[in-house]
Amino acid sequence: MSEFEAARVRVVAISVDLPEESEPLRKKAGYTYTFLSDPNAEVIRRYDLLHQGAGVNGHDIARPAEFLVDSAGVVRWANLTDDFRERATADEMLAAIRTLP
Amino acid sequence: MPEQEAAQMKKKWNWRIWAGLLTSVAAFLSYLVLFSRYPLTRDVPWVNFLLFAASGVLLFLGLRKAYREPQVYRGKISGAIAAVISTAILGLFCFGIFYASKQIPKSADAPKAGQKAPDFTLVDSTGKSHSLSSLLSEPMEGPGGVQTAPRAVMLVFYRGYW
Repeated sequence: MSEFEAARVRVVAISVDLPEESEPLRKKAGYTYTFLSDPNAEVIRRYDLLHQGAGVNGHDIARPAEFLVDSAGVVRWANLTDDFRERATADEMLAAIRTLP
Repeated sequence: MPEQEAAQMKKKWNWRIWAGLLTSVAAFLSYLVLFSRYPLTRDVPWVNFLLFAASGVLLFLGLRKAYREPQVYRGKISGAIAAVISTAILGLFCFGIFYASKQIPKSADAPKAGQKAPDFTLVDSTGKSHSLSSLLSEPMEGPGGVQTAPRAVMLVFYRGYW
């Protein structure tokens, strides 16, 4: 069981990748994450995370970002770095989870 | 060294110059292929800077040999060219690390703490559809094998296959 499952937090990974592209990633993660497909970057745009033309072949993709959303649908923690090489580590995400009531 | 001997002696291959050039290429490529995957070596690419430093040392030593012992070693011109190429590779690397990777959108309207997370419905990797509310309410396996609704959902937006 992953630390997130132990904390009863569902991890949902979202990108423009198609379902068949994400399924191997889900397998690699031990089936502990949910991978969602946003091929037209609609939801990515709704969250204002669009990085135009930054993907392979100039595709629109998301810039990296993490959001902890509580059971009422309210964002409790948002992480957007200013460098696309950086992402939140598992430890940073778990620390944010510990601040939940 | 007697002139006749010097003219007849075959010049030695200046391996340091080629090792230096190869090391700078390795310094660049290894970041893309390997070190960019792990936060410890990705955020501050210290391994790659060490490799570039090693490349610099090798090129310096090789060029010094070529200029101090020109009858013994080759590499005055090729060494200078290799040094210029390696410097360009280092420059490209630094540009990528210090400038290009910071060119991301401001995302000023991304939801902040305290705001409602925008609703959505997307398909998962098995083809099943999920809305944000279903992700927040559908039971998941927790400690002790008990299935309960999650306390929270961690949305991780990532670049995807690139």
